[in-house]
Amino acid sequence: MDLLVSSLAILARWDVVAALLVGSVGGVLIGAIPGVGPAVAIAILLPATFSLDPIVGLTALLGIYGSSMYGGAIPAILINTPGTAVNALTTYEGTPMTRRGEARRALSLAYSASFCGGVFSVACLIALSPVLAKIAPMFGSREIFLAALLGIVLVILSHRGQVLAAGMTSCFGIWIGTIGLEPVKYSQRYTFGQSWLAGGVDLIVVVLGLFAISQAFLLLVEDDKFSKAEGIGGGLFAGFRELLRHKRVAAVSSSFGVAMGMIPGVGEFTAQFLSYTYAQKTSEAPEDFGNGSPEGLVASEAANNAVPAAAMIPLLALGIPGEALTAMMLSVFYVHSVVPGPQLFQSQLDFVVALYIALLILNVLVVAFLLVSTNQLLRVIEIPTRFLGVAILVLSFVGVYSLRNSAIDCAIAAGFGVLGFALKRLSLPIVPIILGMVLGGIMEIKLRTSMMRVDSPVDFINRPIAFILFVIILIVVGAHVRSAWLKYRIGKESSNGG
Amino acid sequence: MSKELIVSGKAARPGGLAFAALFVAFSLFLLSQLGAQTTASPSSQLFSRPSFWPAVGVAGMTAFGVLHLFAERKNRHGGAKEALVWIRALEYLLWFMAYVWIVPVIGYLLATLAFAALLSVRVGYRTWPPVLGATALGFCVVLVFKAFLSVKIPGGAIYDALPEGIGNFMIVNF
Repeated sequence: MDLLVSSLAILARWDVVAALLVGSVGGVLIGAIPGVGPAVAIAILLPATFSLDPIVGLTALLGIYGSSMYGGAIPAILINTPGTAVNALTTYEGTPMTRRGEARRALSLAYSASFCGGVFSVACLIALSPVLAKIAPMFGSREIFLAALLGIVLVILSHRGQVLAAGMTSCFGIWIGTIGLEPVKYSQRYTFGQSWLAGGVDLIVVVLGLFAISQAFLLLVEDDKFSKAEGIGGGLFAGFRELLRHKRVAAVSSSFGVAMGMIPGVGEFTAQFLSYTYAQKTSEAPEDFGNGSPEGLVASEAANNAVPAAAMIPLLALGIPGEALTAMMLSVFYVHSVVPGPQLFQSQLDFVVALYIALLILNVLVVAFLLVSTNQLLRVIEIPTRFLGVAILVLSFVGVYSLRNSAIDCAIAAGFGVLGFALKRLSLPIVPIILGMVLGGIMEIKLRTSMMRVDSPVDFINRPIAFILFVIILIVVGAHVRSAWLKYRIGKESSNGG
Repeated sequence: MSKELIVSGKAARPGGLAFAALFVAFSLFLLSQLGAQTTASPSSQLFSRPSFWPAVGVAGMTAFGVLHLFAERKNRHGGAKEALVWIRALEYLLWFMAYVWIVPVIGYLLATLAFAALLSVRVGYRTWPPVLGATALGFCVVLVFKAFLSVKIPGGAIYDALPEGIGNFMIVNF
């Protein structure tokens, strides 16, 4: 009870309330505009939050992260264009429902499923917090190194069909993270004698370049796209009643979201994929999937929205971000000298619970906002894409230049913008670059610290959690190698047979 | 994870081979510089050497890059056309850098208004509503970030020419 009271006291401030409102409404708006997305918005807003208290800045960013997927469902359902990348699966069911005149039902169901996923996720986290507070201190340097290594491995392997590209971009990220002065012996690494490289390449600069500036370039280079969505008549409450008919799918999908969100490097897509597959396999009408199945819509949206809160677990408990958005949030912690990790759960559990409560309030605010303003939100879908490109470029400047007033930072960000542009055009993965940078830095420090305390490599895994993590890494890599080998053999046999 | 994981899978894209070749060439260059650009410190433990993590990164880049290049070897279509699109993006890089260069000269407000208006004309808008809309957006961005959130953007050199009171006001807010 004391914990709850002190957590609520952290939130009982006007600036936190303002951050909650800005985050929830802003996130919905950003999510509803195809071509922007939470990564772009968070990258741009990140430097502006550095002057705010950690709870204020993180609440605003978490709000954008958590609520953007609610907004992203609107264009996914109404105009067959996902507002954010993770709403892609929603188009499979939402658009056919709209075509047969059930847009209001689809939107209502999407909001209620999203709310269910979001609230379920936060409830799980609040319930799990005491357990995490006990487990997190068991993670020493070697366990954190192995967890980060597992994160990298999962990031690479989860890009099915693009494992090699994900591997090369992850390693590129690891290399970028090493540029500049080495942290212990202060020797220069890959600075080529340039003093402006001695401080290394700032994560925010890379993030802004890869996500925001590249997106602006993409929108400016491509033809203008205009979208038009028809207004929705009637209320949107009915979905909450209908959700009760799909409570099993909603509960299982939310659980998948929580489980996948907690694993570094996995996230929304796997959660969605597993939930959707589960819903289809257990449905009484599997043939409806892809043709406007309410169950498919519930599975997709509930799984999506359960992830953001769960993704905070590895970040808060171990200091390991599982995906790009939490990697960006890590920098907010660092700027304020709050070190996420096992000690945070021991010494500032009220801060952690305050963040969870903020997420809970955010979900309520977002649904309330959407229930009354969906028709007005349809206007933002109509913004032409090139105009958005101009807007993103103007906003990106603030993000980069306000960091250090450095034109060199801007040039580096613009360079990464071109790289991100090429990667996006080629459909190659970008997120592994960011995770490589962040996790590579963590792995370097933790490996160095832990190797000083072990006599032989076997000692490295002589603690239970380290051993379990090591075995998981072996199993994950082994399973992937086996499946790749089987695929190769099947391909060879079929080509020989044909 | 990325959108393409579900949406586009393994579809070959134009320019894939050129990008893979450029990436491998860059990786090999970095690999050749490993000795010169890092300190090996042979006396210390392997994992503690300053050169260890750059070596991990660059070796991984090279290994995965070569395998990716091998996988892309048959993707030869549309490379030149795609390269032209990449070059078109460079034009907007120049626009962005011109904006960065001009802010300390004419100030954040004027530079942003001019940048938003001119860029909207450059991308093809020829009627007043979108151009004015872009300009208004630029004004709002300056107002929110500089005047309200007080982000660190220095005043323009042009403000020195203004009377002291107005100059200070402009430096603080715009």
